[in-house]
Amino acid sequence: MSDAAAGNGSYNFAYLDEQTKRMIRRAILKAVAIPGYQVPFASREMPLPYGWGTGGIQVTASIIGQGDTLKVIDQGADDTTNAVSIRHFFERTAGVATTEQTAAASIIQTRHRIPEAPLHDNQIIVYQVPIPEPLRWIEPREAETRKMHALAEYGPMYVRLYEDIAQFGQVTTAYDYPVVVNGRYLMRPSPIPKFDNPKMDMNPALQLFGAGREKRIYAVPPYTSVKSLDFADHPFTVERWAQCCAICGADDSFLDEVITDDQGGCMFVCSDTDYCRSRQTAQAAE
Amino acid sequence: MNALRPADVAPAAEEAPLLGVTGLSKSFGARIACHDVSFDLWPGEVLGVVGESGSGKTTLLHCLSTRLRPDEGRIEYQLRDGRVAELFELSEPARRLLMRTDWGFVHQNPRDGLRLGLSAGANIGERLMAVGARHYGGIREAAVDWLAKVEIDIARVDDTPQTFSGGMQQRLQIARNLVSKPRLVFMDEPTGGLDVSVQARLLDLLRGLCDELGLAAIVVTHDLGVARLLAHRLMVMRGGAVVETGLTDQVLDDPQHAYTQLLVSSMLQ
Amino acid sequence: MYVAVKGGEKAIEAAHRLLAETRRGDPGVPELALAQIEGQLALAVDRVMAEGSVYDRELAALAIKQARGDLIEAIFLLRAYRTTLPRLAASEPIDTGKAHLRRRISATFKDVPGGQILGPTFDYTHRLLDFALAAESGAAMAAAPPTPADSGPMPRVSTLLGDQGLIEPNPTEPVEPGDLTRDPLAFPADRALRLQNLARGDEGFLLSLGYSTQRGYGRNHPFAGEIRIGDVEIEVVPPELGFPVVIGEITITECEMVNQFKGSATAPPQFTRGYGLVFGEGERKAMAMALVDRALRAEELGEEVTAPAQDQEFVLYHSDNVEASGFTQHLKLPHYVDFQAELNLIRRMRAEWTEPQAEAAE
Repeated sequence: MSDAAAGNGSYNFAYLDEQTKRMIRRAILKAVAIPGYQVPFASREMPLPYGWGTGGIQVTASIIGQGDTLKVIDQGADDTTNAVSIRHFFERTAGVATTEQTAAASIIQTRHRIPEAPLHDNQIIVYQVPIPEPLRWIEPREAETRKMHALAEYGPMYVRLYEDIAQFGQVTTAYDYPVVVNGRYLMRPSPIPKFDNPKMDMNPALQLFGAGREKRIYAVPPYTSVKSLDFADHPFTVERWAQCCAICGADDSFLDEVITDDQGGCMFVCSDTDYCRSRQTAQAAE
Repeated sequence: MNALRPADVAPAAEEAPLLGVTGLSKSFGARIACHDVSFDLWPGEVLGVVGESGSGKTTLLHCLSTRLRPDEGRIEYQLRDGRVAELFELSEPARRLLMRTDWGFVHQNPRDGLRLGLSAGANIGERLMAVGARHYGGIREAAVDWLAKVEIDIARVDDTPQTFSGGMQQRLQIARNLVSKPRLVFMDEPTGGLDVSVQARLLDLLRGLCDELGLAAIVVTHDLGVARLLAHRLMVMRGGAVVETGLTDQVLDDPQHAYTQLLVSSMLQ
Repeated sequence: MYVAVKGGEKAIEAAHRLLAETRRGDPGVPELALAQIEGQLALAVDRVMAEGSVYDRELAALAIKQARGDLIEAIFLLRAYRTTLPRLAASEPIDTGKAHLRRRISATFKDVPGGQILGPTFDYTHRLLDFALAAESGAAMAAAPPTPADSGPMPRVSTLLGDQGLIEPNPTEPVEPGDLTRDPLAFPADRALRLQNLARGDEGFLLSLGYSTQRGYGRNHPFAGEIRIGDVEIEVVPPELGFPVVIGEITITECEMVNQFKGSATAPPQFTRGYGLVFGEGERKAMAMALVDRALRAEELGEEVTAPAQDQEFVLYHSDNVEASGFTQHLKLPHYVDFQAELNLIRRMRAEWTEPQAEAAE
């Protein structure tokens, strides 16, 4: 009988039992073999609520080992409440080393951002995914969307883009912007801002995506093409700011708007706290 | 993507009809909807299928367009590359592709054949985008062209069909189907529900388009006037069986079967 | 000068301490004992066991205490605990026909063999607040009337109808049911899997759906054929023994609805069935479950699917309150990056919109 069942509160390494990890790893392997394809998996009930990162947590729990160093970010920051909560979960159940430095991490679990610092080829980034199905808002039925993926019937997605351009002059999707992976499967990158989409293309790191509540895992293997949907005469573009980061001066990172007073005062700072900090450190050293 | 495997199709026969139907039957439980229907349809030919409600003509149309699976019979279709395939021996992906490109289906109620929440332009452009059109300007131009062809004010290209009249919705549905240059169009009471003057205009448009584009069509209707205007040939159905076929004018002016005579005589002049 | 706000970690720790304090409440008031929850809030315990999918009254009582009485939170606690439990065996199917019943009613006949046994029901109480309960008098209760020792055999009403061929028979081929906690739901889902989903499903959701069918959204003319509440034995066949061994007893509530009859080309008209089964005493849930079960069989029975309760994907994907609660409440998590992206977009679009207005004004 496991220690957990005996009720003395100690759990298997990284919480999940080995059978479950094996099941999830098989799903991950299948996902890597078919880039962008959503593999159904038997998501377990976790001690954190569905919708709060259980998919990402299960993926991380299945691949993490004693020698790994884990970074957890939410909205680009290590100190947001849910990132703290998830990092603590792995500290308690796996006892692995954790870090806030992107470059020092072997596994990065993230919600809604890709770190600014380019990743290298022995890193794995695990994305938390709320809704894995890119066609969901067009076709609510799962039975039909699975067929559309099987037959690469993606016309309706382009119809949405057409409609945006006709009504608003541009595509109005600002985050979770749909992409085509390896020239075949339509995929949702999770609610990262479209600013981050180009980082997925030909990335040396392994990119894994976990949706716990919806019970799907998908993957982009290293050095795989990831192209954001667009029209030839309305190409995909990313956000730009007129301002730089007020703390480190960066003009190439995603900036958070911080409201500083009730007179409309605001300032812009790097969303990626590690990137901002490392730029500050480098500047101080000069 | 080539959805058609060589095993699904037979080599082209010389001068094969576009559609060859043999012994088609379909029942719902004990009720026979259509029975032992056979005919050929040639490219550019419009076939009218007439009869009262309950005659089986709509069931026949749904079987021919593969929306329903018949219980018996064969439906052979000549693909664009000339090869002939039995429709239910084709894979589902192949059939779905045909439905989006080579065929059209005009529903009696245009709301069933349109995306009401999307603009007219998007409705027409959808088939183009489904087969890989990726130039917004080009798609929009094609949509505008077709709006003009079906006599809808091109300024309405960004309006949704919810604001269109019934006649306009029906014309939009036709444009949405024809933009992919289909070779065969199925029509289910295309003018049903429209008032008489609107009907006349729509029928004129349809006849013109069929001629201009060399479309083959199967038009199901209970209205002999519609049949006379659109169809080259007629098939008269009653109780699930075909009772008479022939050139439209011949069947309507000189009906042979007693039931056809009854139908024709009860036509409002 | 702006300094990025830190301290999320400390805030969380403090919040947890505050939660523990708030949970305990006034230290001058006696702490709740699990036995009190188990015994005197038994129906709350039953619901948590049913939707938490774990039959353990003490654990459910603990979850309710820890969750400060929030039953959906308690269900979540039980489900998460269940994930860690090893699976030792699968039991034999329970035979509700052999249950020791303390309640058994049928609305379809005035009298049935074995009689109508009301049991401890709220049904005929007048809903008047009883202020006598406000005082913990500790006075001895008037003795409850003794349960009749043996009211004779209680054949199922549905069996009686079935003997006359009036109701569709239950499926008889043994089918290995899928396991929703092990495999993700895929469509089309067979009836066994659907019933599993409904048994774990939120009572409120199923209640509303069942209610909607009664009001015409997929009406199927239900009658309460039989409702049973009682205890059944759980049997397991250990491989070393090769014969069944009783390992315990659980309370269940079972509801069989008799629904709109159907005929076909090959069979004369027969009543159709809806079925509900839950852990513990959960009559409302079992009845709602039976209504929704029948509604979800619409396609199988050749009925037109027009109402939400008949839509399999709609019902089965949204019945789980742990999933629903998680996703709804996830909106509390920071979304400021996505929101920033939207702000960028809307500002740009507004700028492009006002430009032509400004030009026109000139």
